[in-house]
Amino acid sequence: MRRRDFLKAAGLAAVSLPLALPAAAFAETAAEGTFARPATVLSAGRWAMVIDTRKMASPAMQRKVITACHAWHNVPSFTGPQEVKWLWGAAYAAAFPEQALDPPPEALASRSFLLLCNHCENPPCVRVCPTGATFKRDDGIVVMDYHRCIGCRSCMAGCPYGARSFNFTDPRPGVPSPNLEYPMRASGVVEKCTFCAERLQRGALPLCVEASEGGILFGDLLDAASPVRKALEAGLALRRKPGLGTGPGVYYIL
Amino acid sequence: MMYNKRYIIPGILVFALACSFPFLLNATSEPYTRPALKLPPGERACIEPTSLMRTDHMRILNEWRDAAVRDGKRVYVASDGKVWEASLQNTCMRCHANREQFCGACHNAVSARPDCWSCHIAPETPGAVRISGGGKLP
Repeated sequence: MRRRDFLKAAGLAAVSLPLALPAAAFAETAAEGTFARPATVLSAGRWAMVIDTRKMASPAMQRKVITACHAWHNVPSFTGPQEVKWLWGAAYAAAFPEQALDPPPEALASRSFLLLCNHCENPPCVRVCPTGATFKRDDGIVVMDYHRCIGCRSCMAGCPYGARSFNFTDPRPGVPSPNLEYPMRASGVVEKCTFCAERLQRGALPLCVEASEGGILFGDLLDAASPVRKALEAGLALRRKPGLGTGPGVYYIL
Repeated sequence: MMYNKRYIIPGILVFALACSFPFLLNATSEPYTRPALKLPPGERACIEPTSLMRTDHMRILNEWRDAAVRDGKRVYVASDGKVWEASLQNTCMRCHANREQFCGACHNAVSARPDCWSCHIAPETPGAVRISGGGKLP
């Protein structure tokens, strides 16, 4: 073979290789089975929550719903400055900084308010997530794909409600008896409330709703007959930081 | 007639030696044998044929993950029509009840270190409990 022919053949091979590779990649077989939504699934146009803060004010009640959530979802608890939380209590001025009256009414100033992810209509965390790990489902629930979280914490900076926690260390030491029904998170991953999306699949309401003895209502905001709409009809309710335009899906009856 | 013979020939020799170093190093060690897996007692078959599970379990798990987390489709209808919940912890590990003996047997032998278990909880984890009340799928 002449030198010139060899170079020609090498050039041709270099050009044709990238053309052949994608064809090989797409030749991979598709899934053998098919996927379906379970028959038990609870669905809605826009899931929302109404918290009756009068019924949920006592420390014992708050501890009960927080424990129900955190134990099931393997949320770690640490002593010291590190805190990972999905559901927690906060004072009046911290919960409603834009709306808090000054001076605050005595009943509200001494009350603790349950806070959690608001599953916003326009979630800022979703807008800033660079990997698409956080996304909003069609039914309004903002969930996380922990597999894809790179721990950049942009979502924590974006969330105006402090609803997201970062695992600075391995959470396992903070969960002495993990629940085998649900995974944990790894070090370097952000986590937050999921509105119990995995339980809605099984036809069950969120854990905090079940444990609240009627103090927390859950339902479809687009359905006028749902318990949340009826509760919102009955009296005045607040949402946290409404001026930001995030459209929270958690309502508070004072 | 060859130029720079005294540099080129030793260079080629060193290159060949470097490339074949892993093979030479392992020439005397014992050959790889497929590890014996501890299969779940009483179970006859996995969700799909064994040959497919052996080669493609990682791809199937990725598809389960995307379907369950992204699309909310947590029910997997296998090619034989059987229905399963698409869940590593609640389906796979109910039969393969020991991560170290099942997953670990092969993964350790071939030095594969998937990071499934940095979040997912192995059944043999000390102190692990199964909190009931979540309902069952499918």
